[in-house]
Amino acid sequence: MIDSLAGENLISLETLSQTAMLEVLDHAELFAEVNSRTVRKVPTLKSRVVASLFFEESTRTRLSFETAAKRLSADVLSLAVASSSVKKGESLRDTIATIDALGIDAVILRHHSSGAASQVARFVPHVRVINAGDGQHQHPTQGLLDVFTVRQVLAERSGTNARESGSELFRGLHVLIVGDLRHSRVARSDAWAYSRLGAEVRVCGPGTLLPDDLSAWPVTLETNFDDALQWADVVGVLRLQKERGTGSLVPSLDEFTASFGMTKQRVQRLRSSTLITHPGPMNRGVEIDSWAADHANCLVERQVANGVAVRMAVLYLALSGARVEGEINE
Amino acid sequence: MAERERRHARPRGTVFVPRTQLLTSEDVDRAVRRMAHEVIERNVHIEDLVVIGLQTGGVPFAQRVAAELIDIARRPVEEGLLDVAFYRDDVSLHPVLESAETIIDVDLTDRTVLLVDDVLYTGRTIRAALNALSDWGRPRSIQLAVMVDRGHRELPIRPDYVGKNLPTAKGEAIDASLSGVWIGTLVAK
Repeated sequence: MIDSLAGENLISLETLSQTAMLEVLDHAELFAEVNSRTVRKVPTLKSRVVASLFFEESTRTRLSFETAAKRLSADVLSLAVASSSVKKGESLRDTIATIDALGIDAVILRHHSSGAASQVARFVPHVRVINAGDGQHQHPTQGLLDVFTVRQVLAERSGTNARESGSELFRGLHVLIVGDLRHSRVARSDAWAYSRLGAEVRVCGPGTLLPDDLSAWPVTLETNFDDALQWADVVGVLRLQKERGTGSLVPSLDEFTASFGMTKQRVQRLRSSTLITHPGPMNRGVEIDSWAADHANCLVERQVANGVAVRMAVLYLALSGARVEGEINE
Repeated sequence: MAERERRHARPRGTVFVPRTQLLTSEDVDRAVRRMAHEVIERNVHIEDLVVIGLQTGGVPFAQRVAAELIDIARRPVEEGLLDVAFYRDDVSLHPVLESAETIIDVDLTDRTVLLVDDVLYTGRTIRAALNALSDWGRPRSIQLAVMVDRGHRELPIRPDYVGKNLPTAKGEAIDASLSGVWIGTLVAK
């Protein structure tokens, strides 16, 4: 279990303690303040090189990470896999070795294979590895920004200071994660983030889209979606991952929407305080209705905005550990 | 050494063991009041002043100085808080410092900034603060007030207002708060 992200890799939220999660959230609050200034940039990671390696499609996560790195004044090396030697058959190990030879301090990795991030961490132990999504395993920064956004909203509602509240606002919070649980790395990260902070997490979805074994997840399975919606304080809607063959696991998209979609009717029946999150990109009309997506309790845009602050916190912590011994001077 | 640094100094969690009390809370009070008078003397246009306390040790002193200024000049004085953790030049040299809030709601362009800290030592915190302040505009001038100047500067930085000059050895540590100033050492827990 990791108790502080300082100088550590961020591979999975399963091994991150509550203390370490709160450390990230609290730093993210400070970086959110930086992002609200006229000059939205601090020199913290000047001369550090951060490589962003995306072996899988992504616009928002990649832009979010690169914006975060740039606001910390780090140099960003960005590998466009489509036009790189990966297309010529270069192995992950060789690609990493090549980039490492250029001199990097951290790598942000998105890969279609589960476990790719921890593998890279073994290849280059002197480089900090930030997992930006590996196969169907984890997407830790998404999990952290989801809990960050929910804590921020709950703190605003109750008029408390988010930093001072610690994990208090999550105690007894009812979180329902719904949709394509089988393929979702976001669900795996969210489940650990919410439960470790003290929330109760339930999941719901069609049988074909459930993972083979839920026993290792810190969640309970809910079979009646409409009852669960009344129970929930937060509904985490997952994207139907058509690119991972989800389409063949449901009879039809309409059928899925009718049974497990956040339709207008379902959203109207929610308690007025219930929050809706979605990791994006949204399939409007499939897992979430367009009207629901633009509802005031739907936090999608705030999640994107907070993503930069949370990723700044992760990069800052991972890269500012005591790798070189030295005296502290006032 | 500010409390924040002390808590995270290597090895993590060292504690400050006081040896001698050098100033009482009354001494500190008097010194702060004298500094406030000096600030007024140097700054005719007190309404241009923005008093910014450095997190975390400088904050109570900044608040006390601002209160004195308001008391003497009978005019409102703007205040702010600054944490320089993100501006330090030794980010990889030490464990992550606990960072604190920055609140500066004023455009500093053409204003006079009074930076306030508890202890001035190497000058590196002030260097970081000067860099940070430029992100809020271009102040007409920046002045520095410190409760204790303990020497050992590593940069060409000098304070404009000093509560007390205390020559120290490098191995010693200073603890300055509104309740007094102590000299002592840092000891592992």
